[in-house]
Amino acid sequence: MKKFFAQCYIWLLLIVLYAPIVFIAVFSFTESKVLGNWTGFSTKLYENLFTGNMQGTGSLMTAIQNTVIIALIAACVSTILGTVAAIGIHNMRGKAKQAISLLNNIPMLNPDIITGVSLFLLFVFLHISQGYVTVVLAHITFCTPYVVLSVLPRLTQMNPNIYEAALDLGATPFVALRKVLLPMLKPGMISGFILAFTMSLDDFAVTFFTRGTIGLDTLSTYIYTDARKGGLTPELRPMITIMFVGILILLITINLRKIRNSKTDRE
Amino acid sequence: MKASDKIIEFKNIQKGFGDKVVLDDISFYVNKGEFLTLLGPSGCGKTTLLRLLAGFGNTDSGEILINGENITNVPPHERPVNTVFQRYALFPHLDVYENIAFGLKLQKVPTDEIDKKVRRVLKMVSMTDYEDRDVESLSGGQQQRVAIARAIVNQPKVLLLDEPLAALDLKMRKDMQIELKEMHRKLGITFIYVTHDQEEALTLSDTIVVMNEGKIQQIGTPTDIYNEPQNAFVADFIGESNILNGKMLKDKVVEFVGHEFECVDEGFGENVDVDVVVRPEDIYIMNRTEGAQFTARVKSCTFKGVHYEMFVDTDKGYELMIQDYNAFEPGSEVGLLIRPADIQVMKKERVINRFEGEIVDETHVKFLEEVFECKPQDKFEVGEKVNVEVRFSRVELIDHPEEGILSGEVHFLLYKGDHYHLTIRTDYGDKLWVDTNDIWDKGDLVGINIAPKDIKISKRDE
Repeated sequence: MKKFFAQCYIWLLLIVLYAPIVFIAVFSFTESKVLGNWTGFSTKLYENLFTGNMQGTGSLMTAIQNTVIIALIAACVSTILGTVAAIGIHNMRGKAKQAISLLNNIPMLNPDIITGVSLFLLFVFLHISQGYVTVVLAHITFCTPYVVLSVLPRLTQMNPNIYEAALDLGATPFVALRKVLLPMLKPGMISGFILAFTMSLDDFAVTFFTRGTIGLDTLSTYIYTDARKGGLTPELRPMITIMFVGILILLITINLRKIRNSKTDRE
Repeated sequence: MKASDKIIEFKNIQKGFGDKVVLDDISFYVNKGEFLTLLGPSGCGKTTLLRLLAGFGNTDSGEILINGENITNVPPHERPVNTVFQRYALFPHLDVYENIAFGLKLQKVPTDEIDKKVRRVLKMVSMTDYEDRDVESLSGGQQQRVAIARAIVNQPKVLLLDEPLAALDLKMRKDMQIELKEMHRKLGITFIYVTHDQEEALTLSDTIVVMNEGKIQQIGTPTDIYNEPQNAFVADFIGESNILNGKMLKDKVVEFVGHEFECVDEGFGENVDVDVVVRPEDIYIMNRTEGAQFTARVKSCTFKGVHYEMFVDTDKGYELMIQDYNAFEPGSEVGLLIRPADIQVMKKERVINRFEGEIVDETHVKFLEEVFECKPQDKFEVGEKVNVEVRFSRVELIDHPEEGILSGEVHFLLYKGDHYHLTIRTDYGDKLWVDTNDIWDKGDLVGINIAPKDIKISKRDE
């Protein structure tokens, strides 16, 4: 009996969590302009999406392009910055280390809207005209702490003698970093990169406040504006579905890899 | 010894972490081709010294010379030494071959030569056919072999080994000891080995440097260190020993356990307090009492494989440990004999607790950072700096640290046949020494009291 309730609870939780996305996915297979009206099964919306036969295709494609490019730049730069920062923090001692770790964690707990507004004010104050560059800078700012957080544990787990062994065998500190430290930190850097990429991808608040008035749109701001202009364009429904399925596949592969790795580790 | 035979020289090395002194004025040299062991309990500074030699960390002062060249400020990758680390420190992302070839590749050695060298060292550490294995899939012993191979393939002038066998099981350790010794003979290079295992040190080394609390206690061959320990710490740390208080009556005559013995030591002076060390296997034990120097009653007898280990109470009430191939019944009366050459006499490091103090008022004096009551005196003025002396047996230790004027921790203990000689480290980091009949354990927290009549104050001679 106890088990039955536990099962029910889990299913209820999953339904509440996934109902909205399933709802969108189901209604991506109908032609109705208004979300919630079922007018029979059709893949027309998918066709429209891929053939570009829809209103505002151009700006949607630019928005997608912007989103991906910004996310890639932000993830690359923050991975580099974050890894260097993590190595620095790892080599600090005592109080300073704690203080810096705390400072690193605060931006992650800080609500996005506050980060967005404060960056907006900063850019205004510094007279930096807002646009692409400010959005990228803003994204790097809030992504870097996540990279630090995923690289730091790898450093703590690492036998400190390994880096010293490289120096001992004749590697200069730079060579030791490149040939020994970075390969060992790679898994942490990759997960940091993915984390940064997804954080940048789905950001709305920070982008909204730092994109300025030149009409720069990422996917999230595009959908927001689109929804405010007389309802959501129907073709966004299949797009959201495709994105969800894509991320689902990515997650499953990452988890499978993790399971496989932990198995080989134990052997 | 010719100057050119010295390969490494430490000159007045001083090193501290924070306000803790880790190495205190370390000076010694290592001869070319020698197998030298740095031996001491954990925290004695031996690993720190090795790390300084490898180039990890800076000395606070002092110089390190390799082949007469000052390398104190040379970075680790430019030093002609290679290290075998305690926890192997292999590169987990590289296989066995790539691990070993790492140093050679950095030196831009041609590929075919790298191949030859790697195969040669793999054979040397009996790991042929393991080239392509993932290092994490190897056992501890195999990983350590790869670590050794990775270091010696570069043909360093000096090989540094930081407790390389500590993580292995006993059987494996014994085998590796023999292999290391063999490797040292074949390679002909200088080995500097760090360990806390005295047996390992005695087995492997040409020279042993015994360290404790950042200071060198003794340097010598294994036989020197074992047979002629220079102080009670070395005697206690290396092997089993009976350490006793004695008195040098005159040259070649020493008194301990209530009897006079003939010995071979001279030059201590007359009626001088000394420490006497007698190894348990050096006491002759027999069933009859005639012809014996003194008698004892056997208290316990335990079989130890090759020999029996016995504890006896002597006629004057001292407890001694004796090892002999024959067993003697507990309760039986035995005669004991010690040959002059087996008695090792050592100068006492100290005979009394001596502190620097300051007069607080007529009946109080401050030392060890606390104020103690003393006998009323009018010889010294308030605020005057004085010397304070307290006899070892006059320091009172109590169970509850908060009930003492001062509190501290039992830091080191030595059984001296009829009493314990303890080193106490106070909460302020000072040390004092106590003779007591009570049994304490290392690490016990104690309160320390000293009665006013036992505090002797004298003028400080500047």
